[in-house]
Amino acid sequence: MKLIIEETADAVAEYAARYVRRKINDFSPSEERYFVLGLPTGSTPLGMYRKLIQFHRAGTLSFKYVKTFNMDEYVGLPRDHPESYHTFMHHNLFRHIDIDPRNVHILDGNAADLKKECDGYEASIKAAGGIHLFIGGIGPDGHIAFNEPGSSLSSRTRIKTLNADTIQANARFFDNDLSKVPTQALTVGVATVMDAEEVMILITGAHKALALHKAIEEGVSHMWTVSAFQMHPTTLFIADEEATLELKVKTVKYFKGLMELHRRLVE
Amino acid sequence: MLVRYNDPSLRAVVAGRLVQFINCRVIEGGAVFRDGVLLDSARVFWEERKAADVQVDCCGLILSPGFIDIQINGGFGFDFSTWTDDVAAYEKGVSMVSRRLLEHGVTSYAPTVITSSPETYKQVLPHLGRRNGDANGAGMLGAHVEGPFISVAKKGAHPERFVRGTLEPSSEDEIDYVYGDTTNISLVTIAPELPGALQAISTLAGRGITVSLGHSSAGLEAGEAGIAAGASCLTHLFNAMNAYHHRDPGLIGLLTSKYLPKDRQTYYGIISDGIHTHDSAIRVAHRTAPDGLILVTDAIAALGMGEGSHVLGVQRVRVAGIRAVIEGTETTAGSVASMPLCIRHLIKAARCTLEQALCAATKKPASLLGITAAKGTLAPGSDADLVLVDDDIRVHATFIGGQCVYSA
Repeated sequence: MKLIIEETADAVAEYAARYVRRKINDFSPSEERYFVLGLPTGSTPLGMYRKLIQFHRAGTLSFKYVKTFNMDEYVGLPRDHPESYHTFMHHNLFRHIDIDPRNVHILDGNAADLKKECDGYEASIKAAGGIHLFIGGIGPDGHIAFNEPGSSLSSRTRIKTLNADTIQANARFFDNDLSKVPTQALTVGVATVMDAEEVMILITGAHKALALHKAIEEGVSHMWTVSAFQMHPTTLFIADEEATLELKVKTVKYFKGLMELHRRLVE
Repeated sequence: MLVRYNDPSLRAVVAGRLVQFINCRVIEGGAVFRDGVLLDSARVFWEERKAADVQVDCCGLILSPGFIDIQINGGFGFDFSTWTDDVAAYEKGVSMVSRRLLEHGVTSYAPTVITSSPETYKQVLPHLGRRNGDANGAGMLGAHVEGPFISVAKKGAHPERFVRGTLEPSSEDEIDYVYGDTTNISLVTIAPELPGALQAISTLAGRGITVSLGHSSAGLEAGEAGIAAGASCLTHLFNAMNAYHHRDPGLIGLLTSKYLPKDRQTYYGIISDGIHTHDSAIRVAHRTAPDGLILVTDAIAALGMGEGSHVLGVQRVRVAGIRAVIEGTETTAGSVASMPLCIRHLIKAARCTLEQALCAATKKPASLLGITAAKGTLAPGSDADLVLVDDDIRVHATFIGGQCVYSA
């Protein structure tokens, strides 16, 4: 595991975007050989998306031969709803870059057969050759995608009923009206993300500090699903200073001592 | 394929080509179009699963709907109200103004005819009908006939001999006698206090013509009656109407009238050139009724001719900066401000946002004329009439029906 500690959330976004660019460009994707990227939604990755768009505009990054798989989507929310993850991704990334819409995959929360939709999603990830780099953010309770506390660490893409906390937290996006918040979502499982060649987790802000502590300093637990990545051979956590507030000084010092090396990864 | 916004390939019309503007700032709506019509970009992305055939790099500029000018008397040496019995010359003049307006980001306009003789209306109106814009010039929205049913006391620069002070006994007969066929008219400026004017307003509104009150000595009550009869606008607020008096507010009092219809917006034109309306007055209007403010240039034939002395019809006009005066006098000859200048000035004068100022030159005039389905916004289904401007409202490129028709 690597832990990158940057001063600010903006620097986290910059590092993450540079890392993604480096990975895609080193791969030199082509028509025969696509780079496959797993993508999150939410406020944490927004800065990274902005930087990726800048790189695209500057001509240093193309998504022409990139396939993407998003983590999750609400069930029953119209695709064009302002809070749908389809809208989020189109608005914040896809419409600004040169990706072919046919290479974009997001779970369809309005599918007639949701189970089939989820199974099909796993199959299409497999068909694409697996995910090279899965990027995720985490919630304050350590959830990754919609794998809330208690989710099986061997879970696969499935329908998930959202817990009361999540519904409450999301109400702010739905006119503060609990009855408007979707109660179910489709989400990749912890094991789906574990299958990726490499996992990159972004964590910013003091409110995520406990989650980062649980993720890397305590044992693997399904109550903090992000801790599962301790068992992943190549996980990269990128945190800002604020998110490290609950870590031991020793942990922080150890990883900061490696920063010189880690900087070279994105040069 | 990624090209810059001024790439020559964008000058061609290519059927079925999906074009996406990127790296631009958009107030509201989308920046994807095909066959001249704006599309819902998310729908194209998710349903058609189609990537744009051409991505246009807008270099960080602002993408606005094309500007709409509902009051422009002429420009570049040509005057819509001057008829010389030479049909070809008139048509050529109209085309020339349409073409040159593209430089100003104007993609549609209402050629405006001031108070004229009944013969003149019948001569000019057939050449001022609605037509879509194209590579040859801005579209026309139908004529704005400003007069002749106006108050002599508020005639401004209109020739007094053609002013008609009454519409009685039959306003319908009078309208048809003066204008002839009204098909090509989209907007009429009329003084509501004239005998028979209210009947005329409702007749015009009934024909789908937008009615604006102006060149009028009307008090507030007459103004309210005009609005109730079907008028929906005030022509160049503050100009050619009684000044606001605290015991007799006149037409300006309509800005806050409680008798305005609730189900439709009442608009007013503002000449925001720094000369025809004092900045303070612009501010007062904008603070009082921001939703109603529409920018008009009210430009005369000297628009776009540059500094110096120009012969316009029978007059000699001297232009210095954006001030045009009758040669040898200090009498203003009309406005020579371009629409971008008016937008720029409005931001400064009204201390409003750039978005509000752009809206006053796009969505709001379209809304007044009832043409928002096709013009004035970037909503899916609208015509891809677009202008790329920078933060100083300098026009960098103009598109009509998705075709680049001007680039700086």
